[in-house]
Amino acid sequence: MKTLNDLKPGEKATICGFADRDADMAYLMELGMMEGTTVTFVKSAPLGDPIEIDVRGYHLSLRRSRARAIQVAG
Amino acid sequence: MNPTASTATHSLSVALVGNPNTGKTSVFNSLTGLHQKVGNYPGVTVEKKTGLFTDGDTTVNIIDLPGLYSLLPKSLDDKIACDILTDSQALETAVDLIVLVADASNLNRNLYLLTQILDIGKPVILALNMMDMAVKNGLSVDVACLEAALGIPVVPLVAKKEKGIDDLKRAITVLAGQPALNHSHHIDVPEAFTQSLKPLCDYLTEHTDYTQSYCRSLTLRLVSSDDALKYYARDWQQRVDVQQVKQHVHHIRKELEEKEINWHMAEARLRYQWIDRILKSCVSRTGELKAGIGAHLDKILTHPVAGPVIFVTIFAGIFQTIFAFAEIPMGWIESGMNMIGVWAASHIAPGLLQSLIVDGVIAGVGSVLVFLPQILFLFFFLGILEDTGYMARVAFMMDRVMRGAGLSGRSVIPLLSSFACAIPGIMSTRTIHDWKERLITILIAPFMSCSARLPVYILIIGAFIPTGTVMGIISYSALTMLTLYLLGILAAALSAILFKKWIKMPGGKSSFVMELPPYRRPSIKWTMLQMYERARIFVSDAGRIILAITIVLWFLASFPRTEQISPSQGTPIEQSYAGQFGKLIEPLIKPLGFDWKIGIGLITSFAAREVMVSTLATIYNLEDADETAVDLRAALIKDTDPRTGLPTYTLWSALALLVYYVLAMQCMATVAIVRRETNSWRWPLLMIVYMTSLAYLASFAVYQVGTYLWG
Ligand SMILES: Nc1nc2c(ncn2[C@@H]2O[C@H](COP(=O)(O)OP(=O)(O)OP(=O)(O)O)[C@@H](O)[C@H]2O)c(=O)[nH]1
Ligand SMILES: [Mg+2]
Repeated sequence: MKTLNDLKPGEKATICGFADRDADMAYLMELGMMEGTTVTFVKSAPLGDPIEIDVRGYHLSLRRSRARAIQVAG
Repeated sequence: MNPTASTATHSLSVALVGNPNTGKTSVFNSLTGLHQKVGNYPGVTVEKKTGLFTDGDTTVNIIDLPGLYSLLPKSLDDKIACDILTDSQALETAVDLIVLVADASNLNRNLYLLTQILDIGKPVILALNMMDMAVKNGLSVDVACLEAALGIPVVPLVAKKEKGIDDLKRAITVLAGQPALNHSHHIDVPEAFTQSLKPLCDYLTEHTDYTQSYCRSLTLRLVSSDDALKYYARDWQQRVDVQQVKQHVHHIRKELEEKEINWHMAEARLRYQWIDRILKSCVSRTGELKAGIGAHLDKILTHPVAGPVIFVTIFAGIFQTIFAFAEIPMGWIESGMNMIGVWAASHIAPGLLQSLIVDGVIAGVGSVLVFLPQILFLFFFLGILEDTGYMARVAFMMDRVMRGAGLSGRSVIPLLSSFACAIPGIMSTRTIHDWKERLITILIAPFMSCSARLPVYILIIGAFIPTGTVMGIISYSALTMLTLYLLGILAAALSAILFKKWIKMPGGKSSFVMELPPYRRPSIKWTMLQMYERARIFVSDAGRIILAITIVLWFLASFPRTEQISPSQGTPIEQSYAGQFGKLIEPLIKPLGFDWKIGIGLITSFAAREVMVSTLATIYNLEDADETAVDLRAALIKDTDPRTGLPTYTLWSALALLVYYVLAMQCMATVAIVRRETNSWRWPLLMIVYMTSLAYLASFAVYQVGTYLWG
């Protein structure tokens, strides 16, 4: 299954599921990341982690460990 | 009596709420004429601030709050805002009207909080801030359409340019005069879902004073996440049985699962569904979203190689500037102070009073005021950095590094603010979600060299570090300064690792989720205002704390006035109360290369670090019978031990003193704030003991090893 972590800079995808249901994931959902939301991978930090994504028109950074639990399609 | 003076008879309480970094404080400042801190990163405001404006006979009290993304708080700053909105007491009395400040260029996520707040049932105004950004991004926001869809007044604003503020004031007073509206429901809950929620909804309606629509909203939140129950239960008194609520939630979730409805974070799913639908009709894209200068800038600033290099260059540049350019205004203040001293000396008859005024007050307070330009330079640069959005990028770049110390990128901004002063730095740790991470950040924040250390650094470096440059670029002085800052950072990093192991505490899973704001052109006007505030605080502190200590010190250093001093027992000042005390502790600090004068300074500087400078100034001026003010740097270099004839201070004792100032806990105000933020004496006491022992050992090592090898 492809995850947010696998995207390349500039690549766009649609969220299709979550492998985790903890409080941190709930926080991301409140920030607007849910099934059906389109996200664009912007870049990763100089040390490779965390990453920056564009979601609903704003930029958010999160760690790769988190991104691995977010499944995407397309 | 002035006939136009309005006698306010009504008063109104208005809360400014909204997502972080949407311009709430900018709106607050424009409404009230105050100068609260504004900056381009999430989490600038971390406590409630109040101000007011008057409209006819109405006084409107404005409450500025920390930003939050939802009514489910994650950190202390969120919680402060959330409590004010959801406490049952607050629901009834504290707030009459809510102004939700939203970023018009990013409405989608901003409306999530709005829909939650509408359910509370208070009158709400939507302030659409950053309309300039929306236009720039090629968005067209239909205000009338939003008003119709939301059923509340919508006021477009550009708070930074104070545009639309009068409209907002008018909207507030108009809405406050109207009877409360019943907001329509801002969420599409499927019928089957509503059916399942009903039992808990009824239970809450019966056992609380919440409105029907708030109960519905709350039920959905409780079913959506377990954290909601933990938070909302705080506010329920005896009437609500938490166990029973838990059971209801359990049943509802079961039932929903049978109906194959996903209850996990259902609130977020349902609200965003509604938001997406209405925004489709109210916001349209009229222009292309251009990758502006920000995107190009970002490529360089966060480049794997260029990024870190730029970071270090920026800070090295700041120190170099502080040394190179601040010298000039510093000279002006210095000669101004000298002139005042000479003038005072010629107008006051020689004697005790003259000594108190010239050697005590003017020399002491003046010696610290001289450093005002340096401190303003530092605040200018930090202010510019904060306003551009660069701070958030530093947090982004540093997250991976911070992880090694058990922290996250979230700790970076509090630590960077601590370069100005540890107090706001420690306050801003309120944005850190995890308590253990927050505690560690609080404990290491005072290792960041704050502006109060600058006068001491500059004085000692100026006196003892040779002039010259490295490859003609950066002076030895600036390089020493940069090293001192790096030493503080290193001590902070190692201590964080140590504390992570030491402090046994159920730390949550470390995480880092942070919004990265767009780059913005820093506002010079705002930076200047912040500098003005800083200057005011610095001068008024010099006028209060430093003045008071200087006067007390003058007495202690001038008495007893032995008429028959025996030169064999030392100078008069050595025989004064202060001198005797300094001599008493001298054995303790002798191994660090410090004499009794420094000893006195170490004690007085517990009030504020820069007091070291005023203390030395007072002592040297008293020692020097001359009427003109002494040059403190020259006095330090010239000072010789009367018994051995050798200089009192060497390069190594100077370096030891610098190291001591980097590492020691010497600030009462910081101790007090740590006590308040951690709610116990345990942590501030640990901090004093830990930092001061570390400082002692490090200075000891520097002086002894240095003197032994190169002395
Ligand atoms: N372009 C533009 N920028 C604005 C506007 N209003 C505020 N800003 C900028 O947005 C940034 C955030 O402003 P603040 O007033 O600190 O925002 P806040 O909502 O109080 O932020 P927190 O206290 O962190 O929640 C600052 O850099 C402001 O200069 C506006 O109308 N247009
Ligand atoms: Mg603010």
